[in-house]
Amino acid sequence: MKAWLPALLRLAILALLVVFITSPNWFEPLLKPLTENGAPAIYNQGSLLTLTLQHLRTVLVATVAATIVAVALAILVTRPAGAEFLPLSRSLVNIGQTFPPVAVLALAVPAVGFGEKPTLIALFLYGLLPIFENALTALTTLPGNVMEAARGAGMTGLQRLVKVELPLSAPVILGGIRLSVVIGLATATIGSTVAAKTLGEVIIAGLISNNLAFVLQGGLIVAALAVLIYDGLSAIERYAARRMGQEAE
Amino acid sequence: MTPRFDKLGVVIAAIVAYAALAAPFATFRANRIVPGQARSILEALPSPLGILLLAIVIAGGMVALLRTPFVLRLATGIVGLVALAILIGVAGGFLTPDGNTFARIAPASGFWLLIFAFALLLADVLTRLSLSPLARIGILAVAALAIGALLASGLWDSLSILKEYSNRADSFWAEASKHVTLALGSLAAAVVVGVPLGILCHRVERLRDGVLNVLNIIQTIPSIALFGLLIAPLGWVALHVPGAAAIGIRGIGTAPAFVALFLYSLLPVVANTVVGLAGVPRAANDAARGMGMTDRQRLLDVEFPLAFPVILTGIRIVLVQNIGLATIAALIGGGGFGVFVFQGIGQTAMDLVLLGAVPTVALAFAAAIILDAIIEMTSTKRRTDSE
Repeated sequence: MKAWLPALLRLAILALLVVFITSPNWFEPLLKPLTENGAPAIYNQGSLLTLTLQHLRTVLVATVAATIVAVALAILVTRPAGAEFLPLSRSLVNIGQTFPPVAVLALAVPAVGFGEKPTLIALFLYGLLPIFENALTALTTLPGNVMEAARGAGMTGLQRLVKVELPLSAPVILGGIRLSVVIGLATATIGSTVAAKTLGEVIIAGLISNNLAFVLQGGLIVAALAVLIYDGLSAIERYAARRMGQEAE
Repeated sequence: MTPRFDKLGVVIAAIVAYAALAAPFATFRANRIVPGQARSILEALPSPLGILLLAIVIAGGMVALLRTPFVLRLATGIVGLVALAILIGVAGGFLTPDGNTFARIAPASGFWLLIFAFALLLADVLTRLSLSPLARIGILAVAALAIGALLASGLWDSLSILKEYSNRADSFWAEASKHVTLALGSLAAAVVVGVPLGILCHRVERLRDGVLNVLNIIQTIPSIALFGLLIAPLGWVALHVPGAAAIGIRGIGTAPAFVALFLYSLLPVVANTVVGLAGVPRAANDAARGMGMTDRQRLLDVEFPLAFPVILTGIRIVLVQNIGLATIAALIGGGGFGVFVFQGIGQTAMDLVLLGAVPTVALAFAAAIILDAIIEMTSTKRRTDSE
């Protein structure tokens, strides 16, 4: 495969996505065969553009919060003062990963009510784990000679953290963020079962009214977003790894 | 901070103090959907027991806070959890007015926080003990037996979640078996297809990127959409392929849920098979070739056993993921615990949500512990074998 082909493909997907969410009616003839009894082919209970932006905003807010908390926690448990918490935090992360997203979402409702809040909580909790795990792996497997050199150069603990450990860990931490964004994009659709405004609304409307066109457009928009964001973050990751002189995987 | 305090203990003691003194222990509701009234520990229990529980949790907080011996911390964690589990049942009976079948008593935030605090203490002790895999499964079995005994004793019967259960006992077990069948069945199918596919991808390099890319893209499709999208093709199959409808293939229901879970399961299984086979040391392969083993013998006797722990890790990921995802099958009529979750969300009856969510979490949790233990056993066995 030529090197420019994947890039071109991604650009095409992006262009198609933008055109679809801004003027979905152009695609009506394509989706019409999927509907029955003259049902509308394009989601008509809200604008796809607004829903997409709200979907992205929910994921963004949750991921930023999860990144800050997860990286801070990982830094804490890898300092001498927090070393006691390291084994426990490992097993907590393991246990946390067994909680299904739907259960987290449903259990958050009694505490905070319906709407965007339970979705944000579920996305936040679910996003924490991959980022924390990756940050922990990165910070505990730094090359010993580099750390020794930093110490030998007279760097303080804080300087080592900011100038050596974090930059070296950045690619792996970014990998965790990428994973949690992709999980978040898909999980946010489930948020619509508790009345959050996300693209899941389109899919669920389709499931309820037996309208395959709705299910397809909602699902494809989320999938396209996920593929594009996944690729974008992978590229940033490779860039960060190159800057650190590491081999990109 | 003086060194005599345990750092984790400070966190645990703070949670215990807040949960025991400030947060409600149980919630009383006149019926299943009205907002509840909070009851503290002393209000929720007959007075000697209330004071006893307060004493237990405060003593537990102190044990956690100070640097205390291992055995004492272990015992404290167990005593705390057992006392909470028994006394929440007593509180249910105590708060329910005589002969009133509409009132609902549910554990409140204070109870859950206390459980969390003592579980944290126990988890910390167990983690530091670094138990053998068999011991971990043993502890899981003991915990399951204890919970089973409590359920069978009827002590918890006055709690709201079990009232929801008693109204739906039959459908609960039917949905439970559907849930397990969906999760395990799709896993089995994914292993049967995924492992050979992984071996093929390992042998034929040109296939590898293509197959893994397609499987990656499937993972990005949100689960509710994939479930929905499979309705149409399966409906078509049911109508046009003779015999398909007879074996249960239908547009809605279990069939699309099964296929969707199967598709999601493929990536971890295939990817881990490829990674596991790629990680087989070259020396082992060379030695096998040198001994005159055929390709097939090499695969079965050398490569596959060496790659097995990694493949098992893939299976663990899939099983835990499937148990969670199977809840979504309820949205397309596929059954499973999700039925209660979504019914509960629809009726704003949170006890019903819990009836679906708690068994799902418990199943996923147990599956993770058991498979982690098996993975550890197979990988240590391999290490000692090769020595």
